Formats: sequence, C-alpha cells, structure tokens
Amino acid sequence: MSPELINLIIQATGESLFMVGVAALLGTAFGLPIGVFLATSRKGELFAAPAVNGALGIIVNATRSTPFIILVVAIIPFTRLVAGTSIGSTAAIVPLTIASTPFIARLVEAAIREVDGGLIETASSFGASPIQIVFKVLIPEALPGLLLALTLAVVSLLGYSAMVGAVGGGGSRRSRHPLRLPALHARHDAGRRRRADRAGAARSERGRLSGAPGQPTAAQSLIHIC
Amino acid sequence: MNAHQSLALRQPIETLEAISPAATDADAMVRFDGISKTYPAYRGKPGVNALQNIDFVIPRGSITGVIGRSGAGKSSLVRLINGLEKPTTGRVIVDNSDISALAGRELRLAQRSIGMIFQHFNLLSSRTAADNIALPLEIAGWTKAEIKARVTELLALVGIADKHDRYPSELSGGQKQRVGIARALATRPSVLLSDEATSALDPQTTRAILDLLANINRELGVTIVLITHEMSVVRQLAKEVVVLDAGHVVESGHVADIFTHPRHPITQSFLAEVIGDSLPVSLASRIVPEPVEGGLAVIRVQVRGAGAGDTLVARLARELGLDVSLLSARIDEIGGQHVGSLTLGIPGGGGAATRTLAWLSQCQFSAERLGYVA
Repeated sequence: MSPELINLIIQATGESLFMVGVAALLGTAFGLPIGVFLATSRKGELFAAPAVNGALGIIVNATRSTPFIILVVAIIPFTRLVAGTSIGSTAAIVPLTIASTPFIARLVEAAIREVDGGLIETASSFGASPIQIVFKVLIPEALPGLLLALTLAVVSLLGYSAMVGAVGGGGSRRSRHPLRLPALHARHDAGRRRRADRAGAARSERGRLSGAPGQPTAAQSLIHIC
Repeated sequence: MNAHQSLALRQPIETLEAISPAATDADAMVRFDGISKTYPAYRGKPGVNALQNIDFVIPRGSITGVIGRSGAGKSSLVRLINGLEKPTTGRVIVDNSDISALAGRELRLAQRSIGMIFQHFNLLSSRTAADNIALPLEIAGWTKAEIKARVTELLALVGIADKHDRYPSELSGGQKQRVGIARALATRPSVLLSDEATSALDPQTTRAILDLLANINRELGVTIVLITHEMSVVRQLAKEVVVLDAGHVVESGHVADIFTHPRHPITQSFLAEVIGDSLPVSLASRIVPEPVEGGLAVIRVQVRGAGAGDTLVARLARELGLDVSLLSARIDEIGGQHVGSLTLGIPGGGGAATRTLAWLSQCQFSAERLGYVA
C-alpha cells in the first residue's frame, strides 16, 4: 500500500468514527428520554399521556420507515441550517442523528418494557416518585438491554455513514470519485454562488431539479446509488 | 308522648353507638369505611366490581389474614391500603389518616409508613441484597451513613447478614423473601402488607418465613396484613381473619371463632382444606343407607373448641356402654382451638345410633349419621 493510501484510510477512519460517535452520542441523548417516555406514557402508566404517546409514536414510525438516503436528501435545508453546510462529515452528523434518534428510542422503549411491571409497583409502594422510578429502577434494570440497543444503533449508524459518504459525508466508505448528485450539488453550488448571482443560481437549480434534457434527475441518481 | 320522645332520643344514640367506637378507635390500624372498587370497562372487556360494601377494621398490632379464592378481590383490597389504588366509593383510614384522599407527595410520604412484600419478591436484579434493602431509604432521602447502618441492622434482623453482597440470582426463594421483608421494614413502617408472600415457597421455607413474620410482629409491634389463598398461612400465623368472596366480606373476626363456627360455604370449604371433610375411600365405598346385621352405624362428630374432643370416645363408651370404633379422625388446631371431625362406628343397629346422636347433641356436639357399614 502506498503511504498516500494509508494516510487516506487513517483520515477516513477518523472521519467515520467522528460521524458515528457524535451521532450515536446525540442519538442517545435524544433517543433515551423519548424511548423512556414511549415506554411509560400509555394509558395507566407512570407518565400516562396516551395522546402524546400516540403522536410521538407516529413521528417515530414515520422517521424510521423513511429510507435513510431519502431522509438525507429531504432534510438538506435543515442540515444546512444546523451545520452551516450540507457537505462533509460535520453535516453528515445531522441526518445520522435524526435517523438514529427514533431507532434508539424504539430500542430503549423495548428494553424498558422488558422490566417487570411488579418492580414499578414495588417502588411505588414505598413512595418512589415517577422520576425516582425511572432513574433508580427502570434504567438500572434495563441496562443490559439498553447497552445492546446502543450497540445495535452504532452498527446501523456505520452502515448509514456509508450512505452519507455517497452524498459527500466523508469517512472510510467515501467514494474516491463521489457520485455527482445534480440536485444536491446544485444546491451546494448554489450556496457558493449565492453571493455572486442569487437569481442565476436559483434558475439553474430549478432547471436541474425538473430534469433538464441530458441531466439525470435527483430521483434517477438516487436509484442509481441504491 | 313519652314513648315517642324516648324513641326519638334512643335512635340517634343507637346510631352513635354503632359508629363512634370505630370512629374514635385508636386501636384501629386500618379501617375500611364503605369501600367499593369498580374497574371500568376497557377495550371490550366488561367492567368489574372487584369490591363491594367493605367495612371492617384491622386492629393495631394484630396479624390479620385476608383469605379468599382467586379473583375474590384480595389484591385490590391490599392495594387500597397502601394507596396504589383508589376506592370508587368510601374511605380507607390507615393510622388515622385517610390514605384514599391523599395524592402526589403527601401520598408518597404516607406510603413510607406502609411496607409491602410480594409473592415474586420483586427484587431489583441489578442490585445486591444490601442495595435492594437500601432502595426505599435512598428514595426517602436518608444519608449514606444512615443507610449503611440501617441495612446492616435489617440483614441481621431477617437472618441473612452473610448475604450482604449477593445478587438476587444467587439467593434461594426463602432468602429472597427475607430481603423483601427487610426492604419492606427499612423505613420503619407501622403496617406490613404481605401479598401471597409465601405462595411461591416450599412448605418448609413457608414455615420459616411465617415464623420470621411472627417475630417481627412480636418484637417490632408492626401490624401485619396477610393476603393469602392458603388456609395453612392463616392457621399458622393470623389471629384475626377476613374471609372474602366475590368482592364481599362474608365473615370476619377472631380466627378461632370463625373457623370453629364457619357459617359461609366458602369459609367451610377453606376449613375443609385443613381438616378434610371426606371419608377414607375404603369406608365411603361400603356405606349403605339401611342398618346391616352385625354391622356398625357410621356417625360423624364435629369437634370445635379447646380440648373439645379429648375424652369424647371414652365417655361415649362408658356412659352408653358401647364398643365404639374410631373409623377416621382428624383434629387440627386453629387459633388455639381444636377443629376437626371424628368418624365413629357404633355397634347395635339403628337404636344404638339414635341414642348416641341424642347423647352427642345433649353434650353440644354437632353430629350426623352417614349410614351403615357391615
């Protein structure tokens, strides 16, 4: 292996770890409380709020059933808002976090639901508050399941990170010749050109998105990747 | 006019008498006051009237058994005492405060003075025996040093001081229940609720756990409420008993009184579990309704009360001059009273049997002629 290639691998691995690590951390930070809430908010449960539980469940399901690559593309405006760019490792953290949060939430919910309901009753019987029950009973008792959930989440995040590589996320799965996604890069280019010619950039973006002759549409390119 | 006045005066006094002893009764640890509990219909399942018209008192410092078949409402009853459930109507007074009216922080504070142990122990698998016992203390906000001292004391009290660092998976059923008992007693409660606490244990371990509960009652003065479907538990430990059936209290009072004179069929069936009311098969299969030449009349005598049956057979033989055969007998002790039955064989045909029955009824024994055997 050439030293160049080795350097590339080291750099790419670092980027992968950075993306996956930060996304896993953020996904857990958001997913854990959501998961605990989902597991404890049905009718008659600790934080009973069936309406909120139902609504949250729909959001989680919708996010989870959106193919990741579609999600990446769909939230580009949001990504740019948060990370300031839609290209690169830092930007990739945004879709990775958004995809892993509901995933982790559902796994956390399943792990928490595994805890014997008798323990909640027991803790209530000696006067534990709902918050105390979560931190002193549910989370410690579900810990093996929670760690398993986190492992699963990291593994699937690695898979996802390859997909963000396809749209310029960097990392070890980065293509040496990144696929050119007209729509994405049109937006990217438009961002760069904005200072120079806002109106022109917008026109160009519209043209490409609608599939100008000779140019593959965004959807066609996505099918190509998948 | 006079008669009318006295009647008008008497009525309110009578009502007062009926209510006031209980209302001001400092000896009542738990009082159920017109309780009913209905679970509403949910997801196609019809509503359930779990408890109806429950009124009784659990005396302070007593060991009270609440016995009933599955679905009789025992679990609902015990969960009303520690406020895990709210009654649909009525009040539950625990240690002079109406726990059914409390909520939130006030309820949680009140719950600290009510301990509970469970059939399946409900220990946290992620905590050692000592840490399980520490949990209610952590929740009550005790300091680390206080908790450490109290846990050591409790482990010694329940006789498993050497299991301090063991996880529940490393303990036997009896040891787990000891941890459960220590945990329930951690915050020095005045009431200990036991929800089928020995139902998952073998008879020998059950006996040891019941002995431990008796000691705790004696030494700490904790009022114990035993929820059970096992007559043996009530018989061994309880002094007071409440018999529940289909959400109603069918009998309540001193164990000895209830089981020496059971009135309700369900009470009788519980008693039959202990003393047995069926004849040995070899005897039952030979019984015929008419006297048999040279055979025996079969008479069953119920034995109730201290020393009741001790000299019965000897007296019967002596006073009536009969060679009484003892065909089967079972006498047990419940609440210090003898409870059981004797099945006697009386020779001499129908006449002797009738004389025997007359003599037995004269001596206040309840007896019946079951038939005749050859």
